[in-house]
Amino acid sequence: MKADGIGARLARKEDKRFITGKGRYVDDVRVHGMTYAHFVRSPHAHARVKGIDISEAMGRPGVLAVLTGRELVDDKIGNLICGWMVHSKDGSPMKMGAWPAMAPETVRFVGQAVAVVIGETRNQARDGAEAVIVDYEVLPAAADIKAAIAPGAPQLHPEAAGNAVFNWSIGDDKAVDAAMSKAAHKVTFELENNRLIPNAMEPRAALAEYNEAEEHFTLHTTSQNPHVARLVLSAFYNIAQEHKLRVIAPDVGGGFGSKIFIYPEEMVALWASKKVGRPVKWTSDRTEAFLTDAHGRDHLTKATMAFDANHKILALRVDTHANFGAYMSLFSSSVPTYLYATLLSGQYNIPNIYAEVTGVYTNTAPIDAYRGAGRPEASYLLERLIETAARTFKVDPAELRRKNFITSFPHQTPVIMAYDIGDFNASLDAALKEIDYAGFPARKEKAKKEGKLRGIGFSCYIEACGIAPSKAVGSLGAGVGLWESAEVRVNPVGTIEVLTGSHSHGQGHETTFAQVVADRLGIPANQIQIVHGDTDKVQFGMGTYGSRSGAVGISAIVKAMEKVEAKAKKIAAHQLEASESDIVIENGTFKVTGTDRLMPLASVALAAYTGHNLPDGMEPGLKEGAFYDPTNFTFPSGTYVCEVDVDAATGKTSFVDFVAVDDFGRLINPMIVEGQVHGGLVQGIGQALLERAVYDNSGQLVTASYMDYAMPRAEDVPSFKLQHTTTLCPGNPLGIKGCGEAGAIGAPAAVINAITDAIGNNSLEMPATPDRVWHAIQSGRA
Amino acid sequence: MTIVTRKVSLTVNGKAVSADVEDRTLLVHLLRDNLGLTGTHVGCDTSQCGACTVHIDGRAVKSCTVLVGQADGSNVTTIEGLAGHNELHPMQAAFRDNHGLQCGYCTPGMIMAAVDMVRRHGGKLDEATVRQELEGNICRCTGYHNIVKSVLDAAGRMEMASAAE
Ligand code: FES
Ligand code: FES
Repeated sequence: MKADGIGARLARKEDKRFITGKGRYVDDVRVHGMTYAHFVRSPHAHARVKGIDISEAMGRPGVLAVLTGRELVDDKIGNLICGWMVHSKDGSPMKMGAWPAMAPETVRFVGQAVAVVIGETRNQARDGAEAVIVDYEVLPAAADIKAAIAPGAPQLHPEAAGNAVFNWSIGDDKAVDAAMSKAAHKVTFELENNRLIPNAMEPRAALAEYNEAEEHFTLHTTSQNPHVARLVLSAFYNIAQEHKLRVIAPDVGGGFGSKIFIYPEEMVALWASKKVGRPVKWTSDRTEAFLTDAHGRDHLTKATMAFDANHKILALRVDTHANFGAYMSLFSSSVPTYLYATLLSGQYNIPNIYAEVTGVYTNTAPIDAYRGAGRPEASYLLERLIETAARTFKVDPAELRRKNFITSFPHQTPVIMAYDIGDFNASLDAALKEIDYAGFPARKEKAKKEGKLRGIGFSCYIEACGIAPSKAVGSLGAGVGLWESAEVRVNPVGTIEVLTGSHSHGQGHETTFAQVVADRLGIPANQIQIVHGDTDKVQFGMGTYGSRSGAVGISAIVKAMEKVEAKAKKIAAHQLEASESDIVIENGTFKVTGTDRLMPLASVALAAYTGHNLPDGMEPGLKEGAFYDPTNFTFPSGTYVCEVDVDAATGKTSFVDFVAVDDFGRLINPMIVEGQVHGGLVQGIGQALLERAVYDNSGQLVTASYMDYAMPRAEDVPSFKLQHTTTLCPGNPLGIKGCGEAGAIGAPAAVINAITDAIGNNSLEMPATPDRVWHAIQSGRA
Repeated sequence: MTIVTRKVSLTVNGKAVSADVEDRTLLVHLLRDNLGLTGTHVGCDTSQCGACTVHIDGRAVKSCTVLVGQADGSNVTTIEGLAGHNELHPMQAAFRDNHGLQCGYCTPGMIMAAVDMVRRHGGKLDEATVRQELEGNICRCTGYHNIVKSVLDAAGRMEMASAAE
């Protein structure tokens, strides 16, 4: 392994600026003449806006403008879009209610913007917003799925009768019925997948500048995909033309999905910068983030798994209601459908699957992709079902899983996905060994003597990453292709810039991507600069989400590198008077194989740029681009096992051990990969033990601060034991599968299975707070 | 209506500074907006995330919880002033070496809190204590695993450094 190459635990190139306070996040950027935006937000979950009185606000010191939804309509600014069309099983398109960036007539969730105040200072904008008087006619609200689908429920959008967005299905209903009728055993389970709030530590922000002479906009914004932001802002919202809009996503402080989407505030800041003729900055405060960032999860599901007499799975039927909140966010429709139900086969051979998903509008914040996006919901459901089955059959849960594992590849599931490769036994075996499964009964006995309830829980997850082949997602309703781009520029002195359409907001691309190039050329990683996050610098790209930057983004870089290397070899062969096929790349040089004749990369680059002595007909320069479209999804998988102690007197859970064994294919920087797993695991544990967004019956968000929404803190979680097993993904050049979401996908079921094992009562919902666990212990005893 | 301001003077990263600010101005905003020290971050509005942690007279304090007036005359150190020019404090180096950061947003606050933690506990830090002491600092990226490792590593380095003195 080369010191800076693939597989090296290289310290991150980007860290120096972060540990010295020199990171540059959107709110850190200041420009001359900057003004501040503060939004006036609805305190009601559902209300008609009867009037907005801005006169007092306009008189407040430093207030430059108060803009409302009416002016958005007057300026023909488009409504927010959802970029993935899903059809109901009757063939009708999903029902989209209009979502204006500021509500001119009706507000449908607490926190929805109705007006914006632009002030000279942050405080003056805020003071001005307090003086805006909005006259609301309060309407009845439907604050959760059950309330929204009840007969006579308040209707959110005229387009969506019964608040139903769609009623979608996948799989073969009749085949499942037939298989169920022959089953020896059936396990039925109902569960909730709790609603979460992403909470990237950097709140969303936007700094918009309009240059009147150039008719040109610049937007600094907290985005995971600045090019997509630019496309959407220009093509759909009518604010700026694409070539007159530069979007910069500088250092971004975490995303977890929540910064994929184009939100009203960023749009309004851009529009307002032209209206007031001054740069406009908006920075969300944490309360606004809780109220308006797209939330995640929130499913109610009933499922039945059927088995034959030998405990082989015959069929699975799933009925899910998925909350969408008040409006359809950018990719929301794909999450509980194509990112969820297509993973319902898990690691198991399930010959028949049928799933039906009903999307529901409620008077709550919009819901969209949050780390894992659909896959945690699928994994949690399956892994609780199979655990329940093992307990019902009184068989070892690890062995019941093993008995049903898919063992030959490729494997076509009944729900679209074709798994290309994996070795589920390998990760299970490694996990059982690491946690010393054989020693568990003795440990449980010992814990019992100490008055503790000890439990062990498994989760064998699979996910689909590397999203995705453009043709495939196009046929499923996506409004975009999901390829990635790269451009490799070798400078005349032999240093290299790699421009990538991926975006790093914590993932360490500046290091990982450089390692790939360093490995190919045999040069130090610090000779390579990764450029991303600026639409003026980087060619169009799709951004970072869905654990796609390795499998798709790096593949594009490899493709561009192949072109650069091919040209460089031609130049070297020409100058060294050798045959092109005899040139090999070694330690930063182009060498005639079997001789000591060579040219350093810098000499080849210089030759390319001087153009003095190039092969006939060759263009000068050494720069190549590539667009890589994946050939398939990638399928990371793994086994998580955790061992917990539950205090019967308090219901409090503590971790004894947590083992995570993942198969991510090729690892570029194992240190960074492990960091991704740690972070994902803690978000998964957060969902299992702590986190839950709670709206009261009137639609008020009760958990809108860190005093009310339980974020995992250092003391709530353990240190982890990680391992990797490896099957290389055959679908991309380096065999990468992706690692960003696994932890969040696999952890919840492992934790809940461990707790329910400890307390001997399987009836427990997330988050398993001490209160809930204590009640489960009591009712289990009754 | 004019804005009423008052003059405050304090020492920030070894330099005397003074500014005219509104009474309601928080220390974090003075640092970020007036002094351009944007390494100190704002992650919440209820004093719970710790992204804004700085040292006031050598102790870790959440700078979003302090009015500038309260800090009048004090000695403030931010992440930018923790080490000399082109040098790293052992805590900063440990965070880099142990991959104790991802997006970097919580990191300055974590480092400032951790330096104070080591000052108070010295070599007696263990994992459980570090986890307990980090109660006031939220990180959404790292899962804390490598932050805990970083702090323990730095505690060792700092102890060795002080033993060598
Ligand atoms: S910003 Fe100070 S504690 Fe969150
Ligand atoms: S590194 Fe991103 S919040 Fe801690």
